Amino acid sequence: MKLTLHPASTKTTLPLPFADRGVKAGFPSPAQDFMEEPLDFNRDIIKNPEATFYAKVSGDSMIEEGIKDGSILVIDRSLQARHGSLAVCAIDGEFTLKRIKLEGEKLFLMPANKNFAPIEITEANDFIVWGVVEYIIQKA
Amino acid sequence: MYILADCNSFYASCEQLFRPALRGKPVVVLSNNDGCVIARSAEAKAIGIKMGAPAFQMQYLVKEHDVAVFSSNFELYGDISRRVMSTLAKFSPDMEIYSIDEAFLQVDDTLAPDLIAYGRAIRKTVLRHTGIAVGVGIAPTKTLAKAANWYAKRRGNGVCAVSTPEHITALLKAVPIDEVWGVGRKYFKKLRCWGVQTAYDFVTKIPEHRVQEWMTIVGVRTWRELQGIPCISLEQNPPPKQSIATTRTFGRMVSSLAGLEEAVASFAESCAGKLRKDGLAAQRLMLFITTNFFREDLPQYSCNKVVQLPVPTADAVELVRYAKQALRQIFKEDHEYKKAGVVVSGLVPDTAVQTSFLDTVDREKSAALMDALDTVTGRFGRKSLHLAASGVQSKKSKWHMNQTKLSPRYTTRWEDIMVVKV
Repeated sequence: MKLTLHPASTKTTLPLPFADRGVKAGFPSPAQDFMEEPLDFNRDIIKNPEATFYAKVSGDSMIEEGIKDGSILVIDRSLQARHGSLAVCAIDGEFTLKRIKLEGEKLFLMPANKNFAPIEITEANDFIVWGVVEYIIQKA
Repeated sequence: MYILADCNSFYASCEQLFRPALRGKPVVVLSNNDGCVIARSAEAKAIGIKMGAPAFQMQYLVKEHDVAVFSSNFELYGDISRRVMSTLAKFSPDMEIYSIDEAFLQVDDTLAPDLIAYGRAIRKTVLRHTGIAVGVGIAPTKTLAKAANWYAKRRGNGVCAVSTPEHITALLKAVPIDEVWGVGRKYFKKLRCWGVQTAYDFVTKIPEHRVQEWMTIVGVRTWRELQGIPCISLEQNPPPKQSIATTRTFGRMVSSLAGLEEAVASFAESCAGKLRKDGLAAQRLMLFITTNFFREDLPQYSCNKVVQLPVPTADAVELVRYAKQALRQIFKEDHEYKKAGVVVSGLVPDTAVQTSFLDTVDREKSAALMDALDTVTGRFGRKSLHLAASGVQSKKSKWHMNQTKLSPRYTTRWEDIMVVKV
């Protein structure tokens, strides 16, 4: 018999009380045959837990997209960055958050704030895409 | 086929992942208490920083080359390791986690027709998903996979696969005998006297019966594995633990009984937690305390005490009580203690515990208390709830380890996540 190693579960489901326990009348709940797991953020939204990282936004260069100072970014490193991706990048060793724009052979990092200029990335820059942002979490 | 994947400069790489400015720069990670070097980035190796070098010895190199120095952040490294292992597990269900940064995978020969491409895919996926670079060695045996991995790192471009006798021979000729898994320093000297420089010399110049004579059956397995004969299988079921220990070197020396009691209580509590996690109970507890043997100007003393526990237990309150009792029996005044530890042994499954008729402990009540403790720490973190005897877990406590250059716990604490300035 082979044993399979599983990574630690990141599920945080609330345990479902079984509908057929403690029903004093002695017959099961009519819902019993139809019960499903409740919606679970970790299970349903985080596709790749081992590649998912969180970061906090500081500043407002992306404010016109609704990304406020203090927002939490859900970064999935397994996603392929492409034109239009919202990406956490590192330019010359500093993190930044911008939309990627590919125009022919040129690469630009686009802010979402009229007070900020687009940044063109050239061979001279020390540039990496750290990870693509899949979700942004903000307190209401 | 066996695959050995291991992370390049793992701890240093974890630090560099969240500090892009440190990519390609010398980075060093220090042991608990910031004592000595336990990890170096490739650039730090290149400037001459040695593994195990005491921190104070490298101060000149650190200043001269602007080396980034970090205290060990095991909370972070443990989480990144989990991610690396989860990612590797996707390549094969048959996996053995060998250490914090290495794992063996076993794949069907037919599954991977192009082994180099498979190795590259593993490397690329792990780097992309977790940010950590791994070296990959692929071969018909674990020992050869380890050798291939060594070659991949030193000479290759991160991946090395051997499957044919010609490949194996070429690899054996390239690997020095002291780099072979299972041939340590004690055998290395003897083999050198017999003209063995490489793994190839080992398998061609030394006959099997001689290997058996000098290195026992373990050496014979290594000898056979190097020739492509699998003898060591994947260890998927770790053997049951014989003992559990929690020991620490103190940040500063402690001379008071009260100070030591706090430390010892904390270690006993930690052992209890580890026992409960594995569903075990201990029949024996050993406590040791020792002074700082580097301070030859101070009086030296080290002592230990073994206590037989009347009923096998994993109860924190009980273990702390016995540990403190043992401490009072061996403690000597006017000594500066630098290290202490609690080791529990005689481990049995907690379901097999037979209580004594003369038992003084209310087992049901203490089990309920332990359950509550485990639930709270499971939900809110291991530091959220403690026995009062372990003291207030403040950094000011003398015995807490020095970690002056700790990086944020980027993946396990909300207050420490990466900040992206936009």
